[in-house]
Amino acid sequence: MSRWQEVCTIDDLQPDSGICALIEGQQVALFYMPKEAAVYALNNYDPFGGANVLSRGLIGDIKGQPVVSSPLYKQHFNLETGVCLEDETVTIPAYPVRIENGSVQVRITHA
Amino acid sequence: MNIKKTLVVIGNGMVGQHFLANLVASPANEDYEIVTFCEEPRPAYDRVHLSAFFSGKTAEDLSLVEPGFFEQHGITIYMGDKAVKICRESKTVVSEKGITIRYDKLVLATGSFPFVPPVPGHDRAQCLVYRTIEDLEAMAAAAKNGKVGVVVGGGLLGLEAAKALQDLGLKTHVVEFAPRLMAVQLDEAGGAMLRRKIENLGVTVHTGKNTSLITDGDQCVNKMCFADGEELETDIVLFSAGIRPRDDIARDCALDVGPRGGIVINNQCLTSDPDIYAIGECALWNGMIYGLVAPGYAMARTVVAELAGHTASFTGADMSTKLKLMGVDVASIGDAHAKTPGALVYTYQNGDSEVYKRLVVSEDKKQLLGAVLVGEASGYGTLLQYCLNGIELPENPDALILPSRSDEPVVLGPDALPMSAQICSCFDVTKGAVCLAIEAGCTTIDALKSATKASTGCGGCSALLKSVMNSELAKQGFEVNTDICEHFSYTRQDLSNLVRVEEIKTFTGLLEKHGKGRGCEICKPAVGSILASYWNDFVLKTEHLGLQDTNDNFLANMQKDGTYSVVPRIAGGEISPDMLIALGMVGKKYNLYTKITGGQRVDLFGARVDQLPPIWKELIDAGFESGHAYGKSLRTVKSCVGSNWCRYGLDDSVGLAIELENRYKGLRSPHKIKFAVSGCTRECAEAQSKDVGIIATESGWNLYVCGNGGMKPRHGDLFATSLDKETLIKYIDRFLSFYVRTADRLQRTSVWIENMEGGLDYLKSVVIDDKLEVCEQLEQQMQLVIDTYQCEWLTTINDESKLKRFRHFINSDQPDDQVVFVEERGQIRPADENEQKHFKIMEVA
Repeated sequence: MSRWQEVCTIDDLQPDSGICALIEGQQVALFYMPKEAAVYALNNYDPFGGANVLSRGLIGDIKGQPVVSSPLYKQHFNLETGVCLEDETVTIPAYPVRIENGSVQVRITHA
Repeated sequence: MNIKKTLVVIGNGMVGQHFLANLVASPANEDYEIVTFCEEPRPAYDRVHLSAFFSGKTAEDLSLVEPGFFEQHGITIYMGDKAVKICRESKTVVSEKGITIRYDKLVLATGSFPFVPPVPGHDRAQCLVYRTIEDLEAMAAAAKNGKVGVVVGGGLLGLEAAKALQDLGLKTHVVEFAPRLMAVQLDEAGGAMLRRKIENLGVTVHTGKNTSLITDGDQCVNKMCFADGEELETDIVLFSAGIRPRDDIARDCALDVGPRGGIVINNQCLTSDPDIYAIGECALWNGMIYGLVAPGYAMARTVVAELAGHTASFTGADMSTKLKLMGVDVASIGDAHAKTPGALVYTYQNGDSEVYKRLVVSEDKKQLLGAVLVGEASGYGTLLQYCLNGIELPENPDALILPSRSDEPVVLGPDALPMSAQICSCFDVTKGAVCLAIEAGCTTIDALKSATKASTGCGGCSALLKSVMNSELAKQGFEVNTDICEHFSYTRQDLSNLVRVEEIKTFTGLLEKHGKGRGCEICKPAVGSILASYWNDFVLKTEHLGLQDTNDNFLANMQKDGTYSVVPRIAGGEISPDMLIALGMVGKKYNLYTKITGGQRVDLFGARVDQLPPIWKELIDAGFESGHAYGKSLRTVKSCVGSNWCRYGLDDSVGLAIELENRYKGLRSPHKIKFAVSGCTRECAEAQSKDVGIIATESGWNLYVCGNGGMKPRHGDLFATSLDKETLIKYIDRFLSFYVRTADRLQRTSVWIENMEGGLDYLKSVVIDDKLEVCEQLEQQMQLVIDTYQCEWLTTINDESKLKRFRHFINSDQPDDQVVFVEERGQIRPADENEQKHFKIMEVA
């Protein structure tokens, strides 16, 4: 059974941008939207570009869905579900994430 | 029974035949027995296209007479027999062969003969004229043993004759007495353009030349001597120096003729004898001989109408002409020389495509009086309509000769591309495929991308794809949405104005005031760029960082494996050995793949994100600064070595390149900007393929703008010439600021100017003439960017808080284990998928 893991502090997050954390051998991209007080966690691997780069993508929203766009070829991934907007057959892992007393916590679910 | 009267027509040339053809179709045909004399051995043929005889047409092909025409209509034709005498008292015509015909009505259509200037030697062997098929046969015979041919006369017919000589395989010259070709129809600039085009076709043109003697040649049969002392050896001399009316037969019977020839006629084409008409080139109407076929035809129709009992009159003819001379379109309409008092002139000249257009309009700009078109005459029909029918001109008459940017771009706009044109080279998507997808309902870029895969590879075609889509949608009646994205109902230019006028300093500020949602990867970098252009804040400031696109985000260029390349500035491509060594040391220490760029600098590949700060620390310590290769900003100012070293250099191109690069470095713009400076017109720096290109000349710097290499190459437009450095820099300041203000997102200057209403002329009027009265602002805008320049890497490595991001994991110092290199040609490269698997297995083992 997975558990919440402390990853970093909220100050380590990059407002309106992303960072990457290593959690149980997994690369997890963490995105922070301070205005909405929202944090999102997706796997850092871009399945289209084949590289660990999603934490370095631009974030925003498309038709109300919060998204990150890949820095390589600009595909969008839903920050909550990991579903690719351009190709719904492609989904990347999305992780539960929360902020507790200023610390960022992620729960890794192993397949 | 009705006894028919006799009508005699002297001459079966083009006009004589036109008269007969019209007469037999009119009621007057019933009243007359028709007799015609034809001096030549064959009936009427097309003299206008006589040169076609040498490109394969036969005399039969050129014939204007349907087989059986004379028999069918009961016309008696005396072929190869010349009418030599008219006896007005007895109303008879006598022919050379002795035939006498009594006439009731007589029509003179004797035409003209070529004028041969009375130069000594004009009657030598192989001095010919160009009028009849027999003349052509003489030319062909003479050309068999000849190499050189000269046409005397650079008018319409002379140029036709030149084509004939060329078709015969002769080295061809045109000698014209007037200072330009087609002096009657064209103005000076039009004549000059025509000359260039014709010379490009291999014909040598001599203007302002007065032939004084023709004598024995040394290498050729003849030698022409000119009044200015020059000489020209030639085998054939072909006189085409104008025409003279054939009026002998009229003089002999005392009909009125003009002082310089021509049978005088009135508006009914009647001569001084009420039973004798004259039509065509032999007739003098209102003191004028018409050397064109159309007025002759109009006269013929007038006489037919008169004979049929209608009232008709010839009241002059429009001399407008359009023809293809040696493959060059030339047209002249109405008052081409602007002789009408108060006439205004508009001129369009495109030296590149060799098009010249001139419009002459009335003082009140309402009527078209005349026009000249050289090189491109598709507008002739429309212009002639305006001129002949007095149609009121549009508000800006020059629009009639300016290339239309919206409907039929001169440059290859989306509409000019054929359906087979490849839009996306990654997935081989043609314009046809894109259009089909649009017809099938794809009305957004995203839908098009999904349907066709276009622009889903390297993305380099996205702008082109968008312009094809917009153009197709517009054609299908869709309203084209120019909003930058779903977050702002504005174009980039609108946003640029909002930021500047309302002095908005952050994306959040703009979004709250004018947008909705949270933004996206379209609007964020666009606004980030606009903010940087106007206020030039550090792009990695917390409030701007989230706006930066992939490369700006880490001030380096992300490669396919997520590593970065590093490009320090090497202004003008000038680098000392010590600096080169320092650069090499850094490359070696961090084991970077090293390659020379097209912009004359060095690119260091394979740097992990955590390596970027130490690499830059070392580069900065060695004296380098950021090269902004990651930004939509000024990249490089390429240069040739210039006058310091080059034997041909006219000015210090390297010095200017360095100065310009240092002036504009760091300027954020709608897209990347490239410059080049060449020290002479040999153009080793390839400046004409750059957004801003500068070429040294004897008299100063020539400035070219809006060139591009890359996906859709475009030659830069010559913007201003012979500039001193101060003026040059002033123009570039204004040009760049105006581009920054008004261009679309990711629109290079080449596409920007192509989409600009008014194009280059408009741009000049803004930048040079300050038509919009914004130049002071534009210069201030640039000065602010120059004054606030910073090396973004220096700022970054000096700010501990900024460095925190430059590591792969926030919570670990491990690097990304997926970044794996293999060696090739002695340097690293990213491992491919198979190599990576192999590597991992080895690592586990």
